[in-house]
Amino acid sequence: MASLVDDDPRIIEFDVRTDEMLVNMGPQHPSTHGVLRLVLRTDGEVVSEVEPHIGYLHRCAEKIGENLTHRQFIPYTDRMDYLAAMNMNLGWALAVEKLMKYQVSEKARHLRVLIAELNRIASHLVGMGAYGLDLGTFSPFLYAFREREKILDLFEEACGARLTYSYITVGGLTADLPPGWLRRCEAFLDQFEPIIQEYHALLTTNAIFVKRTANIGVMSRELAIEYGCSGPVLRGSGVDQDMRRDGEAIYTAMYEGYAFEVAVQKDGHYPRDHQYPAVPADAVLGDCWHRFFVRMLEVVQSMDLVRQAIDRYSACQGPLGEPLKLTEKMPAGDAYLETECPKGQMGFYIVSDGSAIPWRARARSSSFSNLAVAPELCRGCLIADVPAIVGSLDIVMGEIDR
Amino acid sequence: MRGPGFLEQLDEALPGAVVGRNLEALDPWVEVAPDRVADVCRWLATSSPVRFDSLQCITAVDWCEPDPKKAAKVSWQPHLELVYHLWSTAARVSLVVKAKLPRWKADVPGQLPEIPSVCGVWRGAAWHEREVYDLSGVWFTGHEDLRRILCPEDWEGYPLRKDYEMPLDYHGIRGK
Repeated sequence: MASLVDDDPRIIEFDVRTDEMLVNMGPQHPSTHGVLRLVLRTDGEVVSEVEPHIGYLHRCAEKIGENLTHRQFIPYTDRMDYLAAMNMNLGWALAVEKLMKYQVSEKARHLRVLIAELNRIASHLVGMGAYGLDLGTFSPFLYAFREREKILDLFEEACGARLTYSYITVGGLTADLPPGWLRRCEAFLDQFEPIIQEYHALLTTNAIFVKRTANIGVMSRELAIEYGCSGPVLRGSGVDQDMRRDGEAIYTAMYEGYAFEVAVQKDGHYPRDHQYPAVPADAVLGDCWHRFFVRMLEVVQSMDLVRQAIDRYSACQGPLGEPLKLTEKMPAGDAYLETECPKGQMGFYIVSDGSAIPWRARARSSSFSNLAVAPELCRGCLIADVPAIVGSLDIVMGEIDR
Repeated sequence: MRGPGFLEQLDEALPGAVVGRNLEALDPWVEVAPDRVADVCRWLATSSPVRFDSLQCITAVDWCEPDPKKAAKVSWQPHLELVYHLWSTAARVSLVVKAKLPRWKADVPGQLPEIPSVCGVWRGAAWHEREVYDLSGVWFTGHEDLRRILCPEDWEGYPLRKDYEMPLDYHGIRGK
């Protein structure tokens, strides 16, 4: 008779080999965040190899960029990371401004910070809610979208669109904020702040959530750096890097005077971690839980930055300034700029031959590099952990496929 | 990186590899001989005083003017330029490595130009090189799994080449 211990269904025998099977996950699988196809080589429940197949949303935006002027390309950047379109607009606009050595007005600078950080909150809310869905819990998704909806309402009021904004543009912003907007934004923040504790109760400290994410998909800092990972995926592995602080002068100048601490674990502590739930005993640095937690910290950090930006923006006198003309010529040369988008470092590379139309427009996607590491993380894990790992990378296919 | 001696050390370690430089540009760059790209990258990632431990992006720029009228006015010869954006997480600086390639190997249209793969230096380069191969048509020698990544496997041509023409038909789907 087999002993009780042997029959325990919680014990997984990783070393028993039977038949190999190829399992197709996607491209229309609900937990692949868009149209991503994963081919899993499995033996029972154990995955020996994962191969992502991408390109289902490929539109060759880079080729389109070679046929439009710099400002006309802005709406196409919206459709890259459509969950954080403001940040995409900002990345392209700053890259063009770097090449043209153009500086926006002080008022436009603070408005850009305000809008970009507000969009970061919205993006991380989707990341958090959808991650709950990946792991089989539906409620956090509804809670997250309830608040995200209010941010989208604010954006709609500012620029007329709810998802593809084209609000930040080369040389400034398309319009100033409508009257009373700042008051409504502050009211949202006041209402939103206490709700974050709800999210922590729903997911961060949820025993099932911790079981599903702690010590799963552990990524060493060396692996993250070698693959060019960025954003919360990189910081979740303990690498202290945030382009808002460490990036190029034109980008860091935007955040000059703003106080924020990079959400990364240093000496076993996250910044201001006494305010947050303790790190679970099972979690190790670089696992799914830490990547998720970094995002949650950044929601609070962004909220803080939005508040600072509101103060600075309202203190600014003078006009916002007009954006550049559609056909404003760029100097010949090239410029590459990476900005800290919610998903990671989004890079735009422009090569110009002296006209208003870029000779080459290149988008370096953060999710592209973040997804490339998935096969390494999934090797030897269980099938049920694959959505947990892929979900923790918080990818957006529109940005990967471009 | 902008400190003295950095490029001299590179020259000393790999004589003749660096063929051009501009450290005053918006993004400081060095141009290397195409067949030495992998050696230079390995040196930059492992032996350089500033370790460029992360590869951010590989871009291919096609310098080719398909319109003969405009082509008569340009100052450059048709070529492909590969641009590697490197980043050092410790020093928080970037460096651009450029290499010039012919548009076609031995000037035979359809024969892809070749350059050594840098997958051995950064594993993350594998997908970036697949993308450049897919869209710009560059063959990376030493890449273990070089196939199309964004376009379908049976796609013809390299869309980011300047003289690329959109196919009129793809499996019964109208192209234009």
